[in-house]
Amino acid sequence: MATLEETEAKRPTWSTEDGASRVPYWIFQRQDILEAENRKLFHGPVWNFLCLEAELREAGDFVAVSAGETPVIVTRDKDGELYAFENRCAHRGSLLALEDRGNVKDFTCVYHAWTHSLQGDLIGVAFKDGIKGCGGIADDFKMENQGPRKMRVSVLHGLVFGSFDENVDDIEDYLGEAVLERIERVLGGRKPVVLGRFTQILPNNWKLYVENTKDSYHASILHTFFTTFELNRLSQKGGIIVNDTGGCHVSYSCVDHGETLDDDQKNAYKDENIRSDSDLSLTDMSLLASFKEYDDDITLQILSVFPNFVLQQIQNSIAVRTVLPKGTDSMHLKWTYIGFEDDTPEQRKMRLKLSNLIGPGGYVSMEDGCIGNFVQRGTKGAPDERAVLAMGGHSIETGTDRITEAAIRGFWTEYRGRMGL
Amino acid sequence: MNDYKKIAELTNLIGMVQARYVYAIDDGDFYDWPTFFVDDCFYQITSADNFAQGLEAGLMWLDSKAMLHDRILSLLEANVYERHSYRHILGQPHISSIEDGEVESETSFMVARITREGPTDLFATGRYVDRYKVTESDAKIMKRIVVLDSSYIDTLLGFPL
Ligand code: FES
Ligand SMILES: [Fe+2]
Repeated sequence: MATLEETEAKRPTWSTEDGASRVPYWIFQRQDILEAENRKLFHGPVWNFLCLEAELREAGDFVAVSAGETPVIVTRDKDGELYAFENRCAHRGSLLALEDRGNVKDFTCVYHAWTHSLQGDLIGVAFKDGIKGCGGIADDFKMENQGPRKMRVSVLHGLVFGSFDENVDDIEDYLGEAVLERIERVLGGRKPVVLGRFTQILPNNWKLYVENTKDSYHASILHTFFTTFELNRLSQKGGIIVNDTGGCHVSYSCVDHGETLDDDQKNAYKDENIRSDSDLSLTDMSLLASFKEYDDDITLQILSVFPNFVLQQIQNSIAVRTVLPKGTDSMHLKWTYIGFEDDTPEQRKMRLKLSNLIGPGGYVSMEDGCIGNFVQRGTKGAPDERAVLAMGGHSIETGTDRITEAAIRGFWTEYRGRMGL
Repeated sequence: MNDYKKIAELTNLIGMVQARYVYAIDDGDFYDWPTFFVDDCFYQITSADNFAQGLEAGLMWLDSKAMLHDRILSLLEANVYERHSYRHILGQPHISSIEDGEVESETSFMVARITREGPTDLFATGRYVDRYKVTESDAKIMKRIVVLDSSYIDTLLGFPL
């Protein structure tokens, strides 16, 4: 087997001049890149989104999730604090949790019954002293510091993040003030409840989905449903925010039912020969009924946290999404649909109906689930060719223009820096 | 529920209706799909996990026949996806309750998906949890919860099951 250095030496180079405006397709194809991502990103000084705090109410509650490709357990211990550690037995590596969620006193491995505390410490070895003086573990074996690797945990407005690197920046600094404010806008001071969970298997590299979530340029072009009902014409008010490091973003727009669109704006879509100009109308408009939830006029806000978290507000449809790599050309997209404890029945119903817009069959998101695979297949034979990301120039700046690829360039800027590419 | 003849008749009736239902989706006209429902129907697709935990959200969550129609309209006129089709195989309906012209039944299904550049794949398995309005010669769906056995959906679930 080739050593790490040998593999890295054989890897094609990504020229510095390309910056974040040209992205070689091999980045979505290579196994060595995926291995480096697991090491430098998901195990490195980044914040992985793990779960909602609302999923861990009682002492002993746990959820089994992933950080990149690494299985992780998140718990609430009797001290009331949250802990996260690898879902890997200290003995010979079996999974410790075999359910997605539950309530336990400790984690006793099924293989040889080694016991781990809710904080991930190894606290018991079966037949440690043998039976009747025979067998037992070696005298020099110490249980201390043998447990699975632990994560540093941060909770932000009910979102639980974890990092395998103690030295990761505090989550507030990692996000920057502008992105932080936009998380607070949706979740601050509120009590979320889970309305449902679905996992979408996408046959594409995880970064293609991340690019898509940061791509404010495609929204009103690819998604005809949106534009037909004027939820998100690019000519409407809105903008994007990119944080200083580039990898976190917010894209938002304010509803505008067409009255204030002038003819030039309306004609822009016709002139560009974009499929958005149809006479399609819904028979039952209650699908899009919504209620005023925020003090501002923002009806759509998509927010991402490097490397793989998305918080979505589409009118009153709130969801979090986690992007998890599964090999180079497959990924899991975990959707958790959210409501709040104080929702009235009418409000809850609107959230549920609006959720027809999202998920694997969502009127708006179904194309996003397909497009990554179109790229994966389209670029199969062209690892050394490069994507162009030049809409809106070459910067990664915050702005009020959404016909831009600035947030995607932001992602690649932070990605290149952290990967050393 | 020991009226064998009554149950056999209903099983037969609902079986026939469901045969037409899958024909509409797999081989016929998608716009016929809503005609199997009453006007103020409820149609939801969810997973067995969500269903068991009483979580309300759905992959589709539609509460009128008009919304069912809109689903088809959007798929055929607006949305973008790669050409594909379904093949449903249904089990026998299991009648679980009969009262006042309303019948509850459950039916297992397997759905294969045929995509443009791929073989026929097993796409979904699960059960329909239904409430039917039954008359002499017809049965209309008042409520259909499509409970998928798995919470994992490959790529796209656009057309109804
Ligand atoms: S692998 Fe867990 S106890 Fe042996
Ligand atoms: Fe999209």
